[in-house]
Amino acid sequence: MSPTSVPSDVTALRDRVRRLRPFAGFLARRVLIAVLLAWGITLVTFVLTNMVPGDPVAANLGQRALGDETIVAQWRAEHGLDKSPPEQYLMHLQALLHGDLGMSQQSHRPVGDDLAEFVPATLELAGVAIVVSLVLGVAFGMIAALRRDRPADHALRMLSLIGISVPTFWLALLAFYVFFYRLQLTPGSGRVDPGLGAPESVTGLHTVDAALAGQWDVFASALGHLILPALVLSLYTIALLTRFTRSAVLEVLGQDHVRAGRAKGLPRRVILRSYVLRSALVPIITVAGLAFGSLLSGTVLVEAIFAWPGIGQYAYKSATTLDLPAIMGVGLVVGIVYLVINLIVDVLYGVIDPRVRLR
Amino acid sequence: MRRLPQAWRRLPEAWRRPLAVTGGIMALAWVVIALAAPLLAPHDPLAQDLPRLAGPGPGHWFGTDQLGRDILSRVVYGARVSLPLTLLLVALSVLIGGLLGAIAGYFGRWADEAIMRLADLVFAFPTIILAMVVAAALGPSLGNAVLAVLVVAWASYARVSRGLVLAVRGQEYVLSGRLLGFSTWRSLRVDVLPNVTGPILVLATLDMGTALLLLSGLSFLGLGAKPPSAEWGAMVASGVEVFDSWWVATFPGLAILTVVLAFNFLGDTLRDALDPRTARAIKERAL
Repeated sequence: MSPTSVPSDVTALRDRVRRLRPFAGFLARRVLIAVLLAWGITLVTFVLTNMVPGDPVAANLGQRALGDETIVAQWRAEHGLDKSPPEQYLMHLQALLHGDLGMSQQSHRPVGDDLAEFVPATLELAGVAIVVSLVLGVAFGMIAALRRDRPADHALRMLSLIGISVPTFWLALLAFYVFFYRLQLTPGSGRVDPGLGAPESVTGLHTVDAALAGQWDVFASALGHLILPALVLSLYTIALLTRFTRSAVLEVLGQDHVRAGRAKGLPRRVILRSYVLRSALVPIITVAGLAFGSLLSGTVLVEAIFAWPGIGQYAYKSATTLDLPAIMGVGLVVGIVYLVINLIVDVLYGVIDPRVRLR
Repeated sequence: MRRLPQAWRRLPEAWRRPLAVTGGIMALAWVVIALAAPLLAPHDPLAQDLPRLAGPGPGHWFGTDQLGRDILSRVVYGARVSLPLTLLLVALSVLIGGLLGAIAGYFGRWADEAIMRLADLVFAFPTIILAMVVAAALGPSLGNAVLAVLVVAWASYARVSRGLVLAVRGQEYVLSGRLLGFSTWRSLRVDVLPNVTGPILVLATLDMGTALLLLSGLSFLGLGAKPPSAEWGAMVASGVEVFDSWWVATFPGLAILTVVLAFNFLGDTLRDALDPRTARAIKERAL
């Protein structure tokens, strides 16, 4: 090996690293933050569970067993209650890593099993709702921005203000009453008609599973059951995205590259799609991540009304019966889901806009 | 009579638009309703002496609930629960969040790290979920629901106030104050605080509606106001059991909607009337 080849190899390598570094570094940073936050979420749920006034021993053992000191001591040792809080937290973390979220006092099943059963239903509902919100919200926002200060803009502004002001739980109840009870336009509660039965579970999403199995009657029923709760759920996020898209598009419309495109005589369609929407996409995607968070919040309020067997209804039932392990399980799982969504949004952000990676 | 139009014309343009006027009138109306509740309510909100689940009609314009209570009276009295609590909630969030943010921005280093990482943690949860978890752990009561929303709400004020403090901390007039021998406290109060209050107050107006929605949402879930009290979210929840008697849930829900709408109309106007510096500070909070 000649003395000169070593530095040149190193230089070449360094060059490659340098070219890769911004994105790899950006990605690594984001993932690290997400992992730290996930750890923080477990800490929050642990601290909250242990803050509860009330004796877990009394809650779990019968009156007679409470009188017997050896049984109480045994129970405490079994559940690690004789250890210090930090030790208890480590045990909790260890259990979490094994997927053990404790037992639900309400269903007498492991919280993990309960959640595994209910999460797909919520993801199906929230997935449809976010797609509806994105399509309608971005479209309405574009219309409002392009018709600035004209009747369409004023009407959309008014509607979006109403949209972010409506209490979701009230709207769900009202929609259920009007469209199901009165007009009978939509099917009632649940995910499919009781007579049909759920399709064989592959993904847990009834519409997808039914389509995979070729059961088109089940597919139609599942889709019908989805429409009303998904629309109710998405009203708030449609309004949110309309407002943000409007201001993002307005900001872009005034920029030089749009004016240049117009001066070149490009068709309006091309300017809107490639110049305006492309630049406005970055803030819109950020808001979409936040919107997903409010959708997850909304499911708690909407699923309770539509008897949609998802984590929202599970959370509602656990909250009303004060089933703490279940509530903490929901907090943990929803927190992690939200974290992953935000991680995806952050990374997408970096993919779309290279400036973000270099910050 | 010439005086009124003159005062009207002196209002900033943004406040003369229909949206601002509607919002102002609605908010004012609710304040009056809350203050004059005993005069306006035709019945005792807790008395169970009317026919049960009677539809809206003369004598009980909003109908009665399953216990024979007058819903109009309960909606009117509900303003006495929700409005003060919302104001208190936002005031406390402003104080706690604003102060913590200012400390983080002013002192930097570990104080900054600790406070802002805590804020990040709050933002890591969807709002109702975290509020619900906290409220459940504290035990269901209206006071605990306020506390739970507070746990969620302070973080955005902390972010904004930290940013604002950070922006002025290094400026010459603040430094010269320090060189003149201002104590930390005096420097914060005299030189830094005036830069922070404006944007934070705007943010607070924008936040009122959200705070009320969260609070009534918790009550709806049974984690806030307890049954006999006339709280709008809990009233909607009681309407779920008898949803074919539509009036039980509809009117309290409309009350929430109109109050939140009033706050949002005012907040939107305020946002329009903002000077660009405040607008930028608020925007950093994204939502």
